[in-house]
This record gives sequence, structure tokens and C-alpha cells, in this order.
Amino acid sequence: MSDATAGAAPGHKKASAAKAAEKPGPMVDAEGRPLKESLNRSLRLQKMRALMLIAPLLIFVLLTFIAPIADMLFRSVQNGIVSETLPRTTHRLADWDATTGDLPDEAVYEGLYYDLFIAAERKLHTRLGSRLNYEMTGMSSLFRQSGRSLDDIGDVYFDQFKDLDPNWDEAMPWAELLGDPEWIAEMQAWDEDSGETMPTFELADGISDLLPLTAETYSAFADYVQSEDGDSPLQEEPWVLVHTALYQDLMAKDVSGYNGPQAAMLKAADAAVGGFESVTFKDGMEGVDGDWLDHPTWETIQMYSPEFTNGYFLNAVDMQKTPDGPAMRDDDQRIYGLLFKRTMFMSLMITGSCILLGYPIAWLLSNVRVRTANLLLILVLLPFWTSLLVRTSAWKVMLQQQGVINDVLVWLGLIADDSRLVMINNQFGTIVAMTHILLPFMILPLYSVMQTIPPTYLRAAKSLGATNWTAFWRVYFPQSVPGIGAGSILVFILSIGYYITPEIVGGTTGTFISNRIAYHISSSLNWGLAAALGTILLALVLGLYYAYDKIVGIDNVKLG
Amino acid sequence: MNFTKTLLATTALTVVAGGAFAQEMANSMTIVSWGGAYQNSQQKAYSEPYVAMHPEVSVTWDESSNEAVAKLRAMNEAGNITWDLVDVVAADAIRLCDEGLAMEYDPEELLAPGDDGSSAADDFGDLIVSDCYIPQIVYSTTFGYRTDMVPEGVEPPSQICDVFDLDKYPGKRALEKRPINNMEWALLCDGVAKDEVYDVLETAAGQDQALAKLDTIKDSVIWWSAGADTPQLLADGEVFMGSTYNGRLYSVIEEQNQPVAMMWDAQVFDLDGWIIPTGLPEDRLARVKDFVKYATDTKRLADQANYISYGPARASSAPLVPEDMKQHMPTDPANAENTFLYNYSFWADYRDDIDAKFQSWLAQ
Repeated sequence: MSDATAGAAPGHKKASAAKAAEKPGPMVDAEGRPLKESLNRSLRLQKMRALMLIAPLLIFVLLTFIAPIADMLFRSVQNGIVSETLPRTTHRLADWDATTGDLPDEAVYEGLYYDLFIAAERKLHTRLGSRLNYEMTGMSSLFRQSGRSLDDIGDVYFDQFKDLDPNWDEAMPWAELLGDPEWIAEMQAWDEDSGETMPTFELADGISDLLPLTAETYSAFADYVQSEDGDSPLQEEPWVLVHTALYQDLMAKDVSGYNGPQAAMLKAADAAVGGFESVTFKDGMEGVDGDWLDHPTWETIQMYSPEFTNGYFLNAVDMQKTPDGPAMRDDDQRIYGLLFKRTMFMSLMITGSCILLGYPIAWLLSNVRVRTANLLLILVLLPFWTSLLVRTSAWKVMLQQQGVINDVLVWLGLIADDSRLVMINNQFGTIVAMTHILLPFMILPLYSVMQTIPPTYLRAAKSLGATNWTAFWRVYFPQSVPGIGAGSILVFILSIGYYITPEIVGGTTGTFISNRIAYHISSSLNWGLAAALGTILLALVLGLYYAYDKIVGIDNVKLG
Repeated sequence: MNFTKTLLATTALTVVAGGAFAQEMANSMTIVSWGGAYQNSQQKAYSEPYVAMHPEVSVTWDESSNEAVAKLRAMNEAGNITWDLVDVVAADAIRLCDEGLAMEYDPEELLAPGDDGSSAADDFGDLIVSDCYIPQIVYSTTFGYRTDMVPEGVEPPSQICDVFDLDKYPGKRALEKRPINNMEWALLCDGVAKDEVYDVLETAAGQDQALAKLDTIKDSVIWWSAGADTPQLLADGEVFMGSTYNGRLYSVIEEQNQPVAMMWDAQVFDLDGWIIPTGLPEDRLARVKDFVKYATDTKRLADQANYISYGPARASSAPLVPEDMKQHMPTDPANAENTFLYNYSFWADYRDDIDAKFQSWLAQ
């Protein structure tokens, strides 16, 4: 593109130069526009054309590569699930001061009961439980079991309302009390087989002022019944949660002025609720599970209430959130720092061994006859065409204690039968197997760079009196450095992300950080932590790349 | 142009067909399992006879069970569930159920009653460990050892604690690279009573106690992560003894005739079974339900035992298991003298915590 603009510019210049000679002022082109603008215009056109040409690829890459990765990395800070599942609880818990050592007050427990009940009906509570279990052991079963026995609280009120008037356990009186009469009429006219969608539930006018909690919970119930089950609220008895809400409303509000549908039933209940047996939400939740009275349970919920969290990142560097701020984990739970260091160290070792092994081969390839070079190149590429698992398993056969190498050494009498070498399931095994697997990525860039170094340079150096070593070190080697750079970057970045080979031959001391990422993605399902680890790894690679650019210069990297 | 036309025509046809048979059953099913001998036994015992009865149905098998949890979550997020029935172990089923990725079901409605007249819920009994889980087989994680590597003049190992006895039984051991089972065995052999194991393991001190016991053999352990590793290590003579699934050891002993023997002491029972993903369209769900009802009835579960040495999950299937297979079943009374029950809800809670400790212990 730059060539094209360079070609276009002089043409314009000529034309405008002629005009400029006639009249002084800003240079203009043949059509009288300022030259600068005209040039910009044609450049912009060309850029647009180029952009159009690459647009399909660009969109493809954006959609299938960048967007999913960005989405995945974004999970490392996302934490909306807590406040979405427990909106009332987290809102009320915001003012709670964990450092006083007191438990949250009754309002929080009330919010928890409402939130948890709705979440349990929607089967979202266990999901939140497994999310919080990453932070505090035991949360998973706390939520799972609480979801099962939560009805106990509501049943206290439900039974009393039902004993008072059996209509409180019927679907229709509830719908008439709370639903908009027009909606009920539409609902009754609606035919399930017509294929039309069910009319969405609407509250009766003024009912949410009169019975705010009841209206809110009944709406949640009606929404659930309609959208999740596809049933009609006219035929479904409401949750016992609604009875609890009604009890609270009747205790707090005056309904004597109400004269809408089911007024008699409501007023009778209002007269009776004063004598109802009641239970505080705190006691109720204690009955559901004693852990709700545990201080750390609430600390954890409060700490993870915000929509975004740095918890995953802290976890990824062996730290944890505490009420007093971030703190290091216990010694016996620290692992990621060690793994990051090990991953870096082993990737460097692998890159180093690849250079040591690959350099002579590349030199040989570029200094023999073409026919021989091609044959050797096929040998280099051959492992490429074999399955990764086959190559890794082959190393197992070679390196294990009853394996080929040990057998040969014993046969030669170099080692005793009972002191066979341990060469696999440790760092050595991983470095050997990965050096072998990644070697072509070093040889190929080296070879293509070395091919371009004229052999005459070496001869000239020697004829000027250099020794073999000086000629190589002062003349040949500096010219091959771009190949080493390219090969090293390839090998290093590939090896940092490897996990299959370390998993098979690495044992416990030869595994990489990627093995933990894979574990969190596929086994523990802690995608947030996996994303945080992945983000840190990406930052490390970019940092190293930047350092490489500063020290060696990225322009000095050549792939051919 | 032509292609577009074809595409449009096909789409239109599909829509018409889909509309016309909305309440019908789908004619294709994707079943996910573990591959290998196990999946083979499922094909022979379940899907082949089913397809023989319903020739219009085509069944696709996908060998992705070991990454099923992650894939199901990704499918669920993408809103496109391509699997109809997934074979998972109980712990994964609990996790999938907790995450809302597996469908809850009613045993009496979905499953056939037992041939002996018992209801489905009674027939499966405690094995329905989660509201989403349809158990198929009971397998166990247990030990195998090389008979030719037993030191001379010493009894072959018969107790779980022989695994920890390096003086009496020198040689390498293969253990799974995760805390589950290993921690329990370590505590059992460190003097903790069987019914107190999980109470002890709940505490940090108990976890340290288990790791300290494992520390005594750490240098002699090769840690495995795939079920095929231990059979391979045993066959190569790389290890003296190792833990793995009993069906894998069965094939090493009976089919490959290796000098390996079973050590059933303190074998840990586990389950394998089906889950139905949530969010299936109605026609596919109807087909899956029909298949599951058939594939988990008394006869089919007993029939699977012809092909692999895993115990059927239904009590009513046990009498139908062929005699020569019974001795290889983990549930056979002679093998099940001392068994250990895996506590699912304990591990659902403590897995992350203990795993972090275990991995950091391993890495040191």
C-alpha cells in the first residue's frame, strides 16, 4: 500500500505544482481542492479498500477468536451471580459490619429467606452454592440442603392460614385477590392450544401499596409459573413464601379500607394474624441449617456481594480475601506461585535445549547438498506428522524404569538392575519429551535464516586469518541470531501453554500451570480462577515479548 | 444459488416435519460415554437391542464423558445442547445437578419398575445419589498387584495397609493424582476407624494426618490420571501394585493374562450412570426418556454384566448376572468383605479445599 501512495503522490504534485506557479497560496489539485485534502482522500479510499478486502478475515477472527477469549478472560473478575441470586440479602448486608463479630440482623435473614426461596424454586441456589464453595468449604452443601428444608418456615404460616380458611390453599382466590381483573378475564379466555402466548400476569391496582411483600412474591411466583412451567397461575396454588409475606404485610399494614375481591377473606385473616404463632427468620434459618448462624458464612457472602471481584486473581497468586483485606494463603495451600515459576523455568530449559540441539542440525541442513538436505528435512518433519499422544507415549516406553534406555544400560553393565535410573514422571521426562516435540519449531526458522547466509563470508573471514571458531563466532553466528530469536519465541510460547505432554510424563514435579488451568476448566468448573490464571499467563508472555523487543528488537526476528 | 435453494428447501422440509411431528419422538440420539470396553458393553446391552426394536432411530456415540461437565456447561451457555444422554460418575452428576445443567426426574415416572415387582425408587435404593442421576452400574476403585513381584516367603498383599508397608512389600505403587480415595485409605491405615474417616477428614488436622501418612510412601508412588495408566504400569512391571477401576484390572487379568491379581480390601464403590441435559426440545426429550426406560430396566442392566465386570445398579438385576461373571463383580460377597463407601456430599463440599492442599503437597 505504501508503494501505491508513493506512486500516486508525485502525480498530484505535478498537477498542483503547475497551478501553484500561476497563483500563490495553498497548493490545490486539478479540481481545485487543497492538495493535502485530496491526498488524504485518496489515502482514505485506499485504506477503505484494503479494509474491505481483509474484512471477512477480520470479522471471522474477531467473532471466533478474539471475542470468545475476551469473554473467557472477563470471567476472571465477573461475580454477578451472588447479587443476582440474593438481591435482597446482599443489599441489606451492605451495611453490616463484619468486624464487630455480631451476626447480621433480622432484616438480612428475612431477605435471605425470600431470596433463597425464589432461587430454590428456580433451581439457582445450588449454582450459587458451588460458586461460593470455591471461597469457603461447605457452602455447596449449605445451599443444597437449605433449598430442601426451606419450606419449614413458610409452613408455619401456611398451616395457620389454611386452618383459618381453606381458600388460602386455593389458586383462584389468590389470583382474584392479587391479579388485575382484566388479566384474569384474558387468562380465562386464553386457549392453551391456540398457540398464542399466555397473557403476562399483572397486579391489581393499588394492591402493591396495600400488601407490598405479598404482591412482590406473588408476582415472582406468577412469573415463574408462566415462564418456567408454562402453567396458569389461576390453577396453581402459590408458594408458602406468599403466605409468609401475607402474614408480614397483615401485621404491618392496615387493610380495613380494602373492598376489592376476596375482601372478606382478607379481613378475616387480618383479624386473626395477631394470634398467629410466629417464628423469627433468624430462628427459622437456624432450623434450616445451623451454619446460617456462623459468622464466616456471612463474611464470605458479604465479601463476594459486589458484581466484580478480585477474588479470582488473588486466588491465582496464592492469596485470599479476608475481612481485613487480601492476605497470603496458608503455606500448605500455596501452589500457583510455585507452578508459575516452574512453568517459566522449564519453558526456558526446553527452549535452551532446543537451541543446543536444533542449531547444529539447522547448520547441517543448510550446508549439505540440496538432495540430502531435503531428505534430512523430511526426517525433521516426520515427528510433526505423528500424533502428539503417540510421540509422548513413545517417550514413556523409552524412559520408564523397565524401558528401553534402562534395559540397554543394565545390559551394558553401566548400572545395576536394582538401581535403574528414574527418567520419567519428573521434570527430566517433561523436558526431554517436550524438547523432542518442539524441536522442529526451532530447526525450521533457524534453517531458513541460515540458508540466506552466504558461505563466502566464512571463507572470506578465514582467508583473512580468522580461526574456525573466530570465523563462526564473529561472522556466522551474529547473522543466525534472528533465526534463534524466532525459534525461541515460538518454542517458548508453545511450551508455556502445553499440558498434555506434562500430564502424561511430568509426574508431580514436571507439571505446568496449564495443567491446573485445564483442571479448573474441565474438572472443578472454577472458570473464574482458570480465566485469572490464563490472564496472568498471557500478561507474562506479553511482558516477556516486550522485554525481548527492548533487548533484542523484534525486527531482528526472521522466520525466513 | 443452487446451494441456497437446496438449503431453503431442506429448511422448509425440516420445519414442516418438525411442526407435523411436534409431539413425536426424534429419530436420532447422541449418547455420550467413556469409549473403550465400557461403551462397548453399553452399545451391546442397550443401544443395539433398542435400535433393533426401533429401526428408524439412529444412535451416535460420543466419547466425551471425561470432559462432559465442562462441555455441558459450555453448551448450556451457548444455548445449543447437542447431547441427549450423558454417562457420568456420581460426583459429576451431583455437580451438574447443582449447576442446573442436568434434568431432575421422577424415578417412578421415568424408570421401569423392577422385574421382581419392586418400585424403581426401591430397586435402585440409595444409589440414586442425586435428583438428576440415573445409576447404571456399581464399579469400584481397588488395587491390583504383580504376583511375580511379591517378595519370596511373604504372603501376597491382602490388606489395604499393605500398600503403605514398604518394608514388607518394596516396590512402586500407582495411585490416582487426586485426593479422593487416597486420603481415605491413608486415614484407614493410620488407625482411624472406618465410620470416622470423613469426620476426621473434615478437619485441617485430619487432612494433615492423611497427607503425612501418604508422605511415608510418596517417593515410591507413580501418580496416574487416566484409568488405563495402572493396567499399563502393571503390565510393564513398572509398579508392584496400583489402584484403578476393577473392570480395567479384570481385562488385564482375564483377557491379557498378565501375572496380576486383585486385592479387594477396602475397595471404594462408585457409580456410573446417566444424566439427561436440561433444555432438550420436547421431541428429543421424549425419545431419550423412552430409551432410558428401556436401557435401565432389570434385564438390560443384568445383560450389560455379560460384557464387563461391573455390578448392575438395580437390586433386581443381581440374580440375573451370569455365574462366571459374578466372581469378578465388586459386589460379590467374597470380594465385598471389607468395602468403603464414598461420601459424595463430603467431596462435593471439600473437593476444592482438599484438592488445593493435595496438589500443593504433591508439587513439593
